[in-house]
Amino acid sequence: MYTPTSLHELPPEDITNSFNQQTGKDIIANQNKKVRAFTVNFGPQHPAAHGVLRLILELHGEEILRCDPHVGLLHRGTEKLIEYKTYLQALPYFDRLDYVSMMSNEQVFALAVEKLLNIDIPIRAKYIRVLFAEISRVLNHLMSVLSHAMDVGALTPFLWGMEEREKLMEFYERVSGARLHAAYVRPGGVSQDIPAGLLDDIYMWATQFGDRIDEVEELLTDNRIWKLRTVGVGVMTAEEALNHSFSGVMLRGSGVLYDLRKNQPYEVYDKMDFDIPVGTNGDCYDRYLIRMAEFRQSLRIIFQCLNDMPAGPVKVEDYKISPPPRALMKEDMESLIHHFLLFTKGYSVPPGETYTAIEAPKGEMGVYVVSDGSERPYRCKIRAPGFAHLAAFDAISRGHFLPDAVAIIGTMDLVFGEVDR
Amino acid sequence: MVLSTVPLLLRSTRTPLLRTAFSRATVRAFSASVVAAAESAPGAYPKGFRLPRPEAWDEGDSALDRAGRLYLMTELFRGMYVVLEQYFRAPFTIYYPFEKGPISPRFRGEHALRRYPSGEERCIACKLCEAICPALAITIDAEERIDGSRRTTKYDIDMTKCIYCGLCQESCPVDAIVETPNVEYSTETREELLYNKEKLLANGDKWEQEIQFGLDADSQYR
Repeated sequence: MYTPTSLHELPPEDITNSFNQQTGKDIIANQNKKVRAFTVNFGPQHPAAHGVLRLILELHGEEILRCDPHVGLLHRGTEKLIEYKTYLQALPYFDRLDYVSMMSNEQVFALAVEKLLNIDIPIRAKYIRVLFAEISRVLNHLMSVLSHAMDVGALTPFLWGMEEREKLMEFYERVSGARLHAAYVRPGGVSQDIPAGLLDDIYMWATQFGDRIDEVEELLTDNRIWKLRTVGVGVMTAEEALNHSFSGVMLRGSGVLYDLRKNQPYEVYDKMDFDIPVGTNGDCYDRYLIRMAEFRQSLRIIFQCLNDMPAGPVKVEDYKISPPPRALMKEDMESLIHHFLLFTKGYSVPPGETYTAIEAPKGEMGVYVVSDGSERPYRCKIRAPGFAHLAAFDAISRGHFLPDAVAIIGTMDLVFGEVDR
Repeated sequence: MVLSTVPLLLRSTRTPLLRTAFSRATVRAFSASVVAAAESAPGAYPKGFRLPRPEAWDEGDSALDRAGRLYLMTELFRGMYVVLEQYFRAPFTIYYPFEKGPISPRFRGEHALRRYPSGEERCIACKLCEAICPALAITIDAEERIDGSRRTTKYDIDMTKCIYCGLCQESCPVDAIVETPNVEYSTETREELLYNKEKLLANGDKWEQEIQFGLDADSQYR
């Protein structure tokens, strides 16, 4: 006789009266009561909050009336710190922004500094960067899709994803020496050449990874529970998504074909053959399908990088920007001077400003660097995709139920390293 | 009622049901319809963006197929089968304190100060590592030694500040400060992580073989 919707429209005393046979005195007492929406503090210690997200949810029963995301619990003042560091010292801070797709962040800073320095890096460095940017994309999507599935209730594929992440982090470690915070992509190229045999191993990994995606898709894509939790949840129209300055998968899920790798190709993406998956409905399920399709597109790019990897230097051979090789440094006086200058004073960057953006796995990752001609950036503003997505949380979750908030957090792919910076 | 219709349903639509249940690939259908080739369209709006053609009434799965999938829960059982397959595979996990994963010669772990084979410490207190350290974790004081050579009197690394970026070992002109492959140095108190010169030199003596192996293996790339 009552549906949840019709109950929402009734005043509370009518609901209580319909359930209890009450005396006239109780009815009068109930008429003086006022029922307010229930406010829930979601996080910052909630396991589904992906780190330190704190949401103030105003609930009517399970329905979300209003949502107020609180950020800043992981704020480290990265942008200000960078103003006091040389360009080389600032680089490790970028690893720690979006700590599940490390090399993409380094890449955006390196590209910005290279643009200010007006240098072009060797072609091999570009291929290595693209290869590792796509590996980072796979790393990131493994984390985002499968932890999304885990939040919604499917624990098993998350463990498979962790296995693949482990293999990929081993590649990270072999190339840079660190499994997560690589500090590998530097302004002027990459820090070291890839070790012999690494490309073979990446190839071996890439041949089997398609099967792993198939397994995950077998478990999730058609699954009715997964579909019930994601289809029609968190719908954003293309217009709303653009108005909320969405980017990346969140924007493409709504049907807007916008990918910086195609729209303003950087590095060697213009030589790569790949497609951009675009959704139609703008719900969580479409964004999931897009991420799964992006796995396959990333694999295509990885194979092309492996096949076309050119030989040659991996950093600019201008010893005023990138340190000379150690053998040269030990016997050549001029190289030793360059080495000392680079690691104490740093290199000065001509005055200017740039906004450089790349298609990071989460969306448009941009960095706005102002140089005053010294060795340290005058200002470094980081445009993190997750921040814009989280800012739209109220708009996207209003009217959904509380468990859907978890699905929406998952699909937004929030990482607080970059949201709070 | 459901029980009585299932055999009938199986009999009447055996071939299409089996076909759809075991060769259906939603994924591929999705990628074919939704993956838009964007080579030629660098605009922000969906130009050349392909929507799937709406299905006609006689296309796609029949109502019986759909009902069969709904009641027989084919996609759930397929998923469960994939999970069952994993049970027969070799485990990927390792038995950590006794088994360890492989690490490369470039691995950046705990710090150490090295010595020359003669026993003389390598560090000449040029303070490059102190200058480059982004986390300001290194503190160095230097004085002339009694024999006239310049050596450090104090070389402290605050391991709680260190971010393991590896810039100190990159900057060191004499390969004195290095990062060893060791990661198992957790302590009970914070103070134990404030390393001084003695601790770092002891680390260097302890790990010299591994450090030298790593440096040799990686020498052609440095």
